Amino acid sequence: MIELSRITKSFNSGKPNQFTAVDNVSLVINPAQITVFKGPSGSGKTSLLTMIGCMARPTSGRIFLRGVAAAVPFQQEGAESVEITSLPERFLNEIRRSTFGFIFQQFNLVKGISSLENVMLPAYPTGEGRALFRARALNLMEQFSISRLAGQQVELLSGGELQRVAIARALINNPAIIVADEPTAHLDSKLSQEFMEIAGRLKGEGKSVLIASHDPIVFDSPLVDSLIEMRDGAVDASRGRR
Amino acid sequence: MRRSLQFLLFTAVSLVMFLLLPLHASYVRLHSVDESRSLRSLHVTDLCLATEARYTRHPAMADRHAPFQEHPMALEHFPTGSLILPNLPER
Amino acid sequence: MKNVQKAIERHLNILEFTLASLLRRKAKNLSLLAMYLLVVFMLASLQFFVTALKREAAIILDDAPDMVVQRLMAGRQDLVPGSYASEIALIKGVTAVRPRLWGYYYDALNGANYTIMASDDPTAVAERASIGSGIARSRNLAVGDLLPLISYDKNPIMLEIGTIFPSGSDLIAADLIMITPEDFHKLFNFPSGQATDLAVTVHNPKELPTVAAKVASQLPDSRPILKSEIMRTYQSIFDWRGGMTLVILTTSLLSFIIFAWDKATGLSAEERKEIGILKSIGWETSDVLLLKLWEGTVISLTAFLLGVVLAYWHVFFLSAPLFAQALKGWSVIYPRFQLIPVVDAYQLTILFFLTVVPYTTATVIPCWRAATIDPDAAMRY
Repeated sequence: MIELSRITKSFNSGKPNQFTAVDNVSLVINPAQITVFKGPSGSGKTSLLTMIGCMARPTSGRIFLRGVAAAVPFQQEGAESVEITSLPERFLNEIRRSTFGFIFQQFNLVKGISSLENVMLPAYPTGEGRALFRARALNLMEQFSISRLAGQQVELLSGGELQRVAIARALINNPAIIVADEPTAHLDSKLSQEFMEIAGRLKGEGKSVLIASHDPIVFDSPLVDSLIEMRDGAVDASRGRR
Repeated sequence: MRRSLQFLLFTAVSLVMFLLLPLHASYVRLHSVDESRSLRSLHVTDLCLATEARYTRHPAMADRHAPFQEHPMALEHFPTGSLILPNLPER
Repeated sequence: MKNVQKAIERHLNILEFTLASLLRRKAKNLSLLAMYLLVVFMLASLQFFVTALKREAAIILDDAPDMVVQRLMAGRQDLVPGSYASEIALIKGVTAVRPRLWGYYYDALNGANYTIMASDDPTAVAERASIGSGIARSRNLAVGDLLPLISYDKNPIMLEIGTIFPSGSDLIAADLIMITPEDFHKLFNFPSGQATDLAVTVHNPKELPTVAAKVASQLPDSRPILKSEIMRTYQSIFDWRGGMTLVILTTSLLSFIIFAWDKATGLSAEERKEIGILKSIGWETSDVLLLKLWEGTVISLTAFLLGVVLAYWHVFFLSAPLFAQALKGWSVIYPRFQLIPVVDAYQLTILFFLTVVPYTTATVIPCWRAATIDPDAAMRY
């Protein structure tokens, strides 16, 4: 479970061009569910995701991760919970690597190297044996039926193949939470549907999926458990689905 | 074998070769037959490095101003040499 | 233990990615490596060559006479009368004075200059010569063959080849012809009772400057040359030759530096983006810097190690064919010297710090800023 308490994120604070991307947001995200953040661009949904994903710190407020903080050597406020906003950089990275998998709008694959290498990339600095995560990567590619592309350079892949490589990469460190930022922005309807199916499968495996999107295919999908609408950095309405 | 191990192995081999250089050098030095030893009694003052002119054959024994004077194309030692052209024979 | 293993795995994995990413621009990185290798190879060859020659010179010149006395006539070297020898022999501290007879002979047949020396070996046989292997090679002579020389009064002198000096002594004797003093006088029409110069041996080397000063004051037209001066001449010759080659090398070195600098520091937009991606998928700043450190090390360490090994092979196994031309000049007879290898750790260390360290630094430093960007930057592409 992820709990956000009065999260505010401002940029350029103290300067004339100061603006607040996320304004005093408090919410709870349940585990093993698909949660969609819906809203126009600039509504603060991406900023919120970066803070949940330990990529950035909020200007104020606190974020609690419960039941997923295995990577942190010490835990505060009881054994089950960790407050990530106050953690030093090193632990944040540690948590980010082990707990979160990221899928980006542009997929952000590294050009010139094979798709297998791309899938394994997040595991390189963990200090895990290569043979182990290589087997895992091949297994993931098998699951997404892209095994035959393992040796291919990513430039030669189609949009749908790129998406699956990106998803496989997000899963390589076996994270509990998948964070996807506008994953369908560059996909046609069929591939967007497919993405949602995969998201549903991940949910079935017990993973939490967090998606920021303003694509109806995503937020109208019956697979979505929770839809959070955002506007101007604040939560507009929060309602459960299903 | 994975590429990183291949590279490290390759580097290790290069490093071993590199470290063998001084060993090889001292081995050769110990086991080389000094063929010029018998000629030491000649008390030569110069090395036979170049034989083209007397100041290159016996630089230590040459006149003080002999170097760089003999060949018209020779690199000049003195600044005036770049102003005064050599007297080239007409062909 | 587990932590150590983890750290090793992390290095191996990041090195793995480094190699994969270097192989992406195979042509570019291989040509960079080749150029780097060439620069290290040339510098190291030069260094091996000059150091070995200096050492060889020091060994050979160790047996040189303590002092050579020449006579100057109108600013040019002239013959030394026998009376000089007896006068110098009387100076306190002088153990021996040996008149030397030597000169040059130009062989019009092959355009070579020979050095002719009169042997003071009493067993030397008239009209029989010992020659250097350089002459034997260039004139195609074997022991027992005849070498005709034209004397200064235009009479032919037939010399029978008695011995040929082994080619291992080329550094002293490649162009040497040793004949009896009688033949020497005959060949050059050399006035008797005179010498080319005097080789003086001194009892105590410390007294050498005093003896030299005495010689100079007693015989005002003489020019004493001390062993230390001979040594100095050779040191400066090698430094000069080395310097010449270095000047030529500098051009290529400069272009390499510019190229390497451009390659290493010019962080392209794509590389910047790549670093952003790595950060966003969980790489830390230190991981990215480690990647870049490996990237610089892979290229520069490989170039350094291979370059030095190849240079050693070039100089000590192949006798430095690339430098032969620079040293040879217009010489017809060129000594084939097999240098005794010398490895100077100090100089190699300097070479290491001049090649590997700057390159690696130039690869890492520009990434510093790019590597410290926030991980969420990649979300904003």
